[in-house]
Amino acid sequence: MTELDPDLARDGPELTGVELDRRLTAAWRRQPGLIGWLSTTDHKEIGKRYIVTAFVFLALAGVLGLVMRAQLARPESGLITADRYNQIFTMHGTTMMFLFAVPVMEAMAIYVIPLMLGTRNMTFARLNAFSYWMYLFGGTMLWVAFVLNTGPDAGWFSYTPLSGPEYAPGKRVDIWAQMITFTEVSGLAAAVVMATTILKQRAPGMTLAKMPIFAWSMLVVALMIIFALPAVALDSGMLLSDRLVGTHFFNPYEGGDALLWQHLFWFFGHPEVYIIFLPATGFISELVATFSRRPVFAYPAVVVSLCATGLLAFGLWVHHMFATGLPRLGFAFYTAASLTVSIPTGVQIFCWIATIWLGRPQFRVPMLWVIGFIVTFVIGGLTGVMLASVPLDLQLHDTYFVVAHFHYVLIGGAVFPLLGAVTYWFPKATGRMMSEALGKLSFAVTFVGFHLTFFPMHITGMMGMPRRVYTYPAGMGWGTLNMISSIGAAILAFGVLLFVINIILSFRAGRVAGANPWEAAGLEWATTSPPPVYNFPHLPAVASRTPLWDEGEGLPVTTGLRVDDRELLSVTIIDAIPSVREPSPKPTIWPLLSAIAIGVTFVWSIFTPWALVFGLVPSAIALTIWFWPKNPDVPPEPEID
Amino acid sequence: MTPAPRFTGDLAHLPTHGFGHRSLTWWGIIGFMLIEGGFFALTIAAYFYLMSQEHSWPPPPFRPPNLIAGTLFTLVILLSELPNTVIKRAAEQGRLREVRKLMLVMVGIGLVLLVIRGFEFNSLNVLWYDNAYGSIVWALLVLHTTHILTDWGDTVVLGGLMHTRHGIEARRFIDVSENSLYWRFVWLAWLPIYFLIYWLPRLA
Ligand code: HEM
Repeated sequence: MTELDPDLARDGPELTGVELDRRLTAAWRRQPGLIGWLSTTDHKEIGKRYIVTAFVFLALAGVLGLVMRAQLARPESGLITADRYNQIFTMHGTTMMFLFAVPVMEAMAIYVIPLMLGTRNMTFARLNAFSYWMYLFGGTMLWVAFVLNTGPDAGWFSYTPLSGPEYAPGKRVDIWAQMITFTEVSGLAAAVVMATTILKQRAPGMTLAKMPIFAWSMLVVALMIIFALPAVALDSGMLLSDRLVGTHFFNPYEGGDALLWQHLFWFFGHPEVYIIFLPATGFISELVATFSRRPVFAYPAVVVSLCATGLLAFGLWVHHMFATGLPRLGFAFYTAASLTVSIPTGVQIFCWIATIWLGRPQFRVPMLWVIGFIVTFVIGGLTGVMLASVPLDLQLHDTYFVVAHFHYVLIGGAVFPLLGAVTYWFPKATGRMMSEALGKLSFAVTFVGFHLTFFPMHITGMMGMPRRVYTYPAGMGWGTLNMISSIGAAILAFGVLLFVINIILSFRAGRVAGANPWEAAGLEWATTSPPPVYNFPHLPAVASRTPLWDEGEGLPVTTGLRVDDRELLSVTIIDAIPSVREPSPKPTIWPLLSAIAIGVTFVWSIFTPWALVFGLVPSAIALTIWFWPKNPDVPPEPEID
Repeated sequence: MTPAPRFTGDLAHLPTHGFGHRSLTWWGIIGFMLIEGGFFALTIAAYFYLMSQEHSWPPPPFRPPNLIAGTLFTLVILLSELPNTVIKRAAEQGRLREVRKLMLVMVGIGLVLLVIRGFEFNSLNVLWYDNAYGSIVWALLVLHTTHILTDWGDTVVLGGLMHTRHGIEARRFIDVSENSLYWRFVWLAWLPIYFLIYWLPRLA
């Protein structure tokens, strides 16, 4: 136990208001200037950077999508060569999946979750910063390579033997595999930070049963990342070593097996789809509750569905491999499993519809994205159920039907909710509302453009057009549909552009938002918009799932954390009973320098395995300095043995 | 702007550190053990997958690895749990002198293990580029060696830290305790790998 020192400043009835703000700001603020900016450990700054970076990658990959549509608009078009097309669709898929969709969900959570939980920062704040830098470096490496005509070209899942040393000479696939290493290190670090924050740093009284559904979804996702990502990291590690040091993991002539690649890849790859989708369902639950002005219908059912989806997702990987000639009996099982996973998702959708039905829905812009999501996702889910049956999959495998299907689930199921969520939390992060009129317009244009682009692809697919072809002959009768898709893509891109313009205009001159502009129920709306560096002057305490609706203005708070040093509250896992006051690390440049040392090692090792040996030294030095305690300026609390 | 807050509880009496599941560090370590455990489990799965592609294991003409180095390694790493347990307890009871001394012992043990590991690589009777069997056996051994290496580095740094003025802080004792926990994971993970590398090729 700790003896109370009367000289230690803590918040409380005597220390509140302006003076408290002054002291907490002094304790939590970072240095100004470039070094300070590079050193930050504030989850809000890191989250915003993450989000902006992910949207830049969305834009880059989106432009590649448009380029592909331009090429495919007419048969036998000579806009781009076959080799360039291969790089472009691989870069598009890889960037969208690894550099946009997964990171952007974590990014949103990094910004929002600590505010929702009522805490001052995430656990392992420096690891959080490190995670961002690794992500940035991995993405940059990939795109620099692409500009240098060394972009990967074996598809976003780089199947062996095509990606092996025999069929893919040069460095293109190595770049792809090493990008995986970067993003997996980053994703795993972020997942550990996320899981511990959600488990240990909730507001007092926020038991697991009172936790916001978005936090539930991120908890499930963090655990899924922890279990799934090692598979692809191991897989790409094996691929690299096959290519660089002559191992034979995937080489059938020396006892290896190309299908091993696919097993390991889809053991990660299928959960990955849910790693993208579950946070989106978390967004939807938050938005539906706020704009229906009532708690989500059947909270326990929604939470159980989230957990069930997380578990079932690991039983599905084989359904990507129906066309590979695996034993027949297995197929029946995986078809059943693939169909089963639609049940918990169906449950969630019914719960949202019931919430809207029983509530008083307001169709503000975020809610429009929800409606767009439900419509689009249901179509994508249905084509998914179609593909889960083996005979049909054998027919449609690798056609544009599949391209249509996964864009319905990815854009409808993840991008629409994301854009809704950005509109929803934008006022919290910037203190300004996004324009409602421009928002509606961008929703309408995006929605129409999307369906115009991707619906016809179902038909082109059934007419037999394979995916990943850089052009097609004129006599196939696919020309009109492809032209429609391409026009749709332009409209879709224009819709997204309107969204971005809305963001920029509103950021400059949007209507000023108060603390709780949507009159929502979650703790993130209890603090000012934008929140102070320390998030909450006094830590909020919680007694229900919808604290702001139940407590009104008089949200109860707890006191007693130090104000002269960075301190966090950790609580018990299930009941959220306060248990320890933990220190929170100060900003430092060393996570960045460590990421640089490790990043150089990774890139270098594409060229020689010795890089791992030489790179070890600077990396170890950087990590050691990072972890070396250096806070002599704060008087440690006296302790009694 | 904001109405006066409603004060309901005070946290000042809470401790500033706790061992085991009360500490955030412990949860971080658990997270990383799950990740590393995932790596081990998947590599082991790949081992069995590749094994199922062959008629005999190891595929001829290769002989199973020699037993001496690997078995010696296993004995030493099992015995290292004795000082490891003592350190963990000493850290949790805040006995600095004992922690300082035993950390040195652990650094020494780590060095011995790394040397034996060198001999192990030499006694596999197969190289990583010979065939897929060689590749996977080397993968298992390399994967485990990275854990020995990182934990050894961690122990060196932490041991050094305990000899500075930072050593007296309660949080350092938590770090020592978690370092011991991680070491348990490292040797536990070794046991199935030892079996797969050295014994399964003899039994199969
Ligand atoms: C701007 C909107 C988009 C357009 C116009 C577009 C267009 C396309 C096209 C035409 C292909 C097929 C290439 C081929 O098989 O030859 C494709 C593939 C793909 N798209 Fe998109 N897409 C868009 C957005 C997205 C988004 C938001 C995601 C994910 C979050 C995504 C993920 C993928 C993936 C994973 C592939 C497969 C790449 C491969 O075959 O390796 N796309 N896209």
